Amino acid sequence: MNPIERYAPLVADTDAFFAACERPLPSVVRVNTIKAAVDRVREALDEEGVGYEPIKWNDELLTFDERGPGTTWPYFHGWLHGQEEVSALPAMILDPQPGETVWDACAAPGSKTTQLSAMMDDTGIVIGNDNNLGRLSALRHNAERLGVTNLIVTKQDGRNFSLKDFGFDEFDRALVDAPCSCEGTVRKNPTTLDQWTLNHVHSVAAIQKGILSRAIQATKPGGTVVYSTCTFAPEENEAVIDHVLETEECEVVAFDCPLESVSGVTEWEDDSYDSSVTKTHRIYPHLNDTGGFYCAKLEVTA
Amino acid sequence: MSDDSGPAADESESPPDDSATAAEERDLRSNVGQRFGRLPATARDREVAGRASREEVVAFFEERFGIDPAVFAECTFWEKGKGKIWIFADSVPDPIRVEGLGMTVLRTRQEHWKPTHSAVQRFGRHANKNVIEISGETAATFVRAETQEVEWDGDWGYLIAAHTIGGEREPIGVGLYLYDELRSTVPKGNREELPVLD
Repeated sequence: MNPIERYAPLVADTDAFFAACERPLPSVVRVNTIKAAVDRVREALDEEGVGYEPIKWNDELLTFDERGPGTTWPYFHGWLHGQEEVSALPAMILDPQPGETVWDACAAPGSKTTQLSAMMDDTGIVIGNDNNLGRLSALRHNAERLGVTNLIVTKQDGRNFSLKDFGFDEFDRALVDAPCSCEGTVRKNPTTLDQWTLNHVHSVAAIQKGILSRAIQATKPGGTVVYSTCTFAPEENEAVIDHVLETEECEVVAFDCPLESVSGVTEWEDDSYDSSVTKTHRIYPHLNDTGGFYCAKLEVTA
Repeated sequence: MSDDSGPAADESESPPDDSATAAEERDLRSNVGQRFGRLPATARDREVAGRASREEVVAFFEERFGIDPAVFAECTFWEKGKGKIWIFADSVPDPIRVEGLGMTVLRTRQEHWKPTHSAVQRFGRHANKNVIEISGETAATFVRAETQEVEWDGDWGYLIAAHTIGGEREPIGVGLYLYDELRSTVPKGNREELPVLD
């Protein structure tokens, strides 16, 4: 079975949904404001004759007309980072401030991590954690290329992440961009569906619950935790939020989604979820011509 | 954080014993790979043989490239392994065992200290000496990491190669100037075939 079909009951316009999943994604870059201002980058791209369109909801994002960014001077200078449009959302919702201490629990390869650093003007501390050495090497390479100096790279199991070496005992904010079934990336990696199994959905959901729980525990009361995935599976989205609402000190916070989205679902197959998950957002590929995405914002209450 | 405080005076007096703590203590004072040790404030505060001091690192960037020490005022400097210096925007306990701490800036423990490609790309805009301005085909050749003949009246050694883009000068990478030739040290992973800009 094509796993995408599994989610048809959740989607209003299924034809548009299936059609969008078949199309390749536009080539989008984020301007790395640690190294260059948006105006200067646009001027340099104009000089080089590279065509692009700004993305309306975030002027740091540009859609390239044709070639990929890798063979341009602004890319060489570390002014640009290839990053899917929808994946710029969770850092914006987390809204880290300069000087804060922020945890990116599943950081590699680092698009969102380096975006957090840029939003903090490369001050304070971002701890970028991942449990896979190969992916960590990509994270380090990207951070270095983008000139990030406020990042500590760690290799721990996010589910029992230890803070004891760092000289502080809680984060101001945390991002859990969790490992997931990734159907939302089908436009980038069509083969991702070949590996899809329901068993994997359930096993990865257990990991997601563990990492998100740790993020809530490690964040100060009043602090923000953002949970995001690129899967449509409610087991990995609303069910994970529903779980931490029961087990951890937190609540769901509403946010204005700058992209067109629909509310999180309160029922799926035989399960039902806390009504506050309707404040979380599902983004389907046909809504904004992006990848698929899920994003929830939580506030730590104690 | 600008305060690179020196070691506590009694640390060097710890009595020898067989406890794990003592072994750890010895380990920490030597220069262990994968572990980041903070640079001492000055050479006088040095505990690890051969380790550069913060003062020396900042002086290197000022003397060689004219970069104002104020650029680094809020940062801390760390060594991992033998000679590779990292710059971190904030402060953490010393030593610390992590996979990465900020960004690499400098290779020390060799006769001529060499700034990293990333350091020059990030901080080179503050330089006002030993910057060689190149353009057109020369700049594109530099990014391919090829050696070329270029005129230069200044010092030999490591230079910052820069060009004008988007209305301002921008560092491209580290060049090594010797015998009328500019060698490019752009790392393998960063080399690219880029268009020649007018």
